[in-house]
Amino acid sequence: MADIKKYPTPMLDVLEDGPWPSFITGFKELRDNHPDERINNVVNGLMGQLEHSYETKMGYWKGGTISVFGYGGGIIPRFSEVGDKFPESREFHTLRVQPTPGNYYTTDMMRKLADSWEKWGSGLQTFHGQTGNIMFIGADNDSFQHFFDEINDYGWDLGGAGPCVRTAMSCVGAARCEMSNCNEHAIHRHLVNSFTDDVHRPALPYKFKFKVSGCPNDCQNAIERADFAVIGTWRDHKKVDQDAWKAFVADKGVDYVMDNVISRCVSSSLALGEDNALVCDESNCVRSMHCMNVVPKAISPGDDKGVTILCGGKRTLKIGDLMGTVLVPFMKLETPEDYEAIVELAEEMIDFWAENGLEHERTGEMIERIGLVNYLEGIGIDPDPNMIAQPRNVSYVRTDGWDEAAEEWFNRKREEKAAS
Amino acid sequence: MAKPEMREPIESGCPDGFQYMHPTMRRNFGLWDFHEDTQPGVMVHVAKSGDKVWTVKAGTQRILDVFTLRDLLDLADEFADGYIRFTIRSNIEFYTDTEAKVQPLVDALKEKGYAVGGTRNSVASISHTQGWLHCDIPGTDASGVVKSMMDELYDEFTNWNMPNRVHITTSCCQINCGGQGDIAINVQHTKPPKIDHSLVGNVCERPSVVARCPVAAIRPAMVDGQPSLEVDEKKCICCGACYPPCPPMQINDHEFTQLAVWIGGNHSNARGKPTFQRLVAAGIPNNPPRWPEATAIVKKILDCYKEGARDWERINEWVERIGWPRFFEVTGLPFTKYHIDNWRGARANLNSSTHIRF
Repeated sequence: MADIKKYPTPMLDVLEDGPWPSFITGFKELRDNHPDERINNVVNGLMGQLEHSYETKMGYWKGGTISVFGYGGGIIPRFSEVGDKFPESREFHTLRVQPTPGNYYTTDMMRKLADSWEKWGSGLQTFHGQTGNIMFIGADNDSFQHFFDEINDYGWDLGGAGPCVRTAMSCVGAARCEMSNCNEHAIHRHLVNSFTDDVHRPALPYKFKFKVSGCPNDCQNAIERADFAVIGTWRDHKKVDQDAWKAFVADKGVDYVMDNVISRCVSSSLALGEDNALVCDESNCVRSMHCMNVVPKAISPGDDKGVTILCGGKRTLKIGDLMGTVLVPFMKLETPEDYEAIVELAEEMIDFWAENGLEHERTGEMIERIGLVNYLEGIGIDPDPNMIAQPRNVSYVRTDGWDEAAEEWFNRKREEKAAS
Repeated sequence: MAKPEMREPIESGCPDGFQYMHPTMRRNFGLWDFHEDTQPGVMVHVAKSGDKVWTVKAGTQRILDVFTLRDLLDLADEFADGYIRFTIRSNIEFYTDTEAKVQPLVDALKEKGYAVGGTRNSVASISHTQGWLHCDIPGTDASGVVKSMMDELYDEFTNWNMPNRVHITTSCCQINCGGQGDIAINVQHTKPPKIDHSLVGNVCERPSVVARCPVAAIRPAMVDGQPSLEVDEKKCICCGACYPPCPPMQINDHEFTQLAVWIGGNHSNARGKPTFQRLVAAGIPNNPPRWPEATAIVKKILDCYKEGARDWERINEWVERIGWPRFFEVTGLPFTKYHIDNWRGARANLNSSTHIRF
């Protein structure tokens, strides 16, 4: 422990009060009690600068361009604008490291990562950043390469930063959730690991994100935030254990069940039958999950599982928030060929966008600019009524290719019928 | 001088998670039957094989120091089975297949000051960004805002008091890495950028900056004989999109950078389709170190939601049922011209019917 001159932090000190765990208390532990003098100093500088931000209500970090040898991204460079005042944390870069799908760790592996980070960095980290990376916060110019070399040797790689394929995210998944309809782990790794070059060497119009949720509850916010959202679903009938259902009705009473389950089905596809059995109009089930969220013991997804793929979700910049929209209503993901097909789709989408997207334009914004039909034709996907909420309502449309399009539709329907 | 020998990276990408997964979870992968919530923060999942795994969830400060991290790992080894994961909202989850370990783990976590909860119909931990601690464009802090609010919402995290789950997010700029939330506390700038014309020509790629503006308010200009950019301040919507590619266009301000509260963002397809959050309050001071004004509004909205919503209704569903006029009435928040959308597609946000509650 170093005998250092501590920057006063009266405003930050206030954040040590209260019942929620305090990050400031953690900072002070590193500053005051860590055996490495380097860490004491770095965190002292960081706290000084943060206090300065609290006092002036302004941020003082600037970006830059650094990366590890062989890569072009994966590190968020931070240089202090007030490094003269707080020289100890003048360089304070973040390494973005890809976690496992579902963010699983053993304590042994975590300790190993903590040991490496303590050796080279500030001793501060986040599990995880908003994109989904492990954020190792606070390496200087001399140390980030060493830290990367060390953890890369035992299995960890950098994620994306900048205009590139970003680190993917997936939910807790089939490892611990009865709602899961797919192997989120395999999907996640097949997708993102097919694009490691595009992760590490930013050369796309802007960011491209894969997110995988095992069911329509979409715990990963995939529809709202991913350019390529994979949501597990099923296309046969959901499964009802009528004994467990009746036990639920007996326990809660019919009124509760009507108010909280039957009447809350968004497509009115549930009814209470004789003996309080659950009656399901399966052709109108839209997989809205509510009934199985309320009664997981009695209702579960069907057996013919697969995924729905949506594209183009993103946050505000530049044209406003966009939800993803349906691109593939249902896709089986069981055989190696199925997995090849989903990777090929992603390749088509990324290639088309790399070719046609404007600088700083996400996939969803490009679709907004060129129209979904041009996008579908560009990536070779046929139109499907599941892609729309309703057909167009303005008559300004040229329909001189109608007969041909209708014939294609009937041909596709015939092929589907023949295939089944 | 010889170049230093550089190590070639191993482009291994995303690592395999199965190697770090609890053996009971690995063994029952895809074979789970149902789960039960036994107490706030604790779930038991039962596999078709009859195997069980208990999850204990605890809130963290998200920006973890290695001491706290090792403390959590020691708890995972001493009281659980050495397998953990982190949720999307930075909660830690401990796993064990031994029921007898659950309560001692919960007690030990509480004893050490961690918050056990965040499951089912609670206020989950606030998902947040980097803020003044590490971002290059932040209008406010993130960790501090979250700490301040979670101190006030501690009992809502550790209990099941809400009609349904509540996800809160924060964002330190209008680009919004924080994402959609039932309640979102986001930066809202209220004045155009202040431009340092002596720097723009050298620092900024001017055509990119012009292209970045959502309302085409930026144009190239010569200012004081130097190539720079100027902003049509009547058109400017003060979003700050020009600031990241052109730092001399400073959007952050100690007075005019404020906070806004949005509600009703819901990413789930449960019951209704996913929804975007809606502006409900702006003009909230950015007031470190505790942001009391923003917290008071969040708490008021939560109180009204708790009072008025039916079981299972998320905040967006509650407001949809009672109507927006009633929302402003019960929360006491002012309704202003700024709530009326004028962005593209705005007509879809107007009431084109006589559906009015009196």
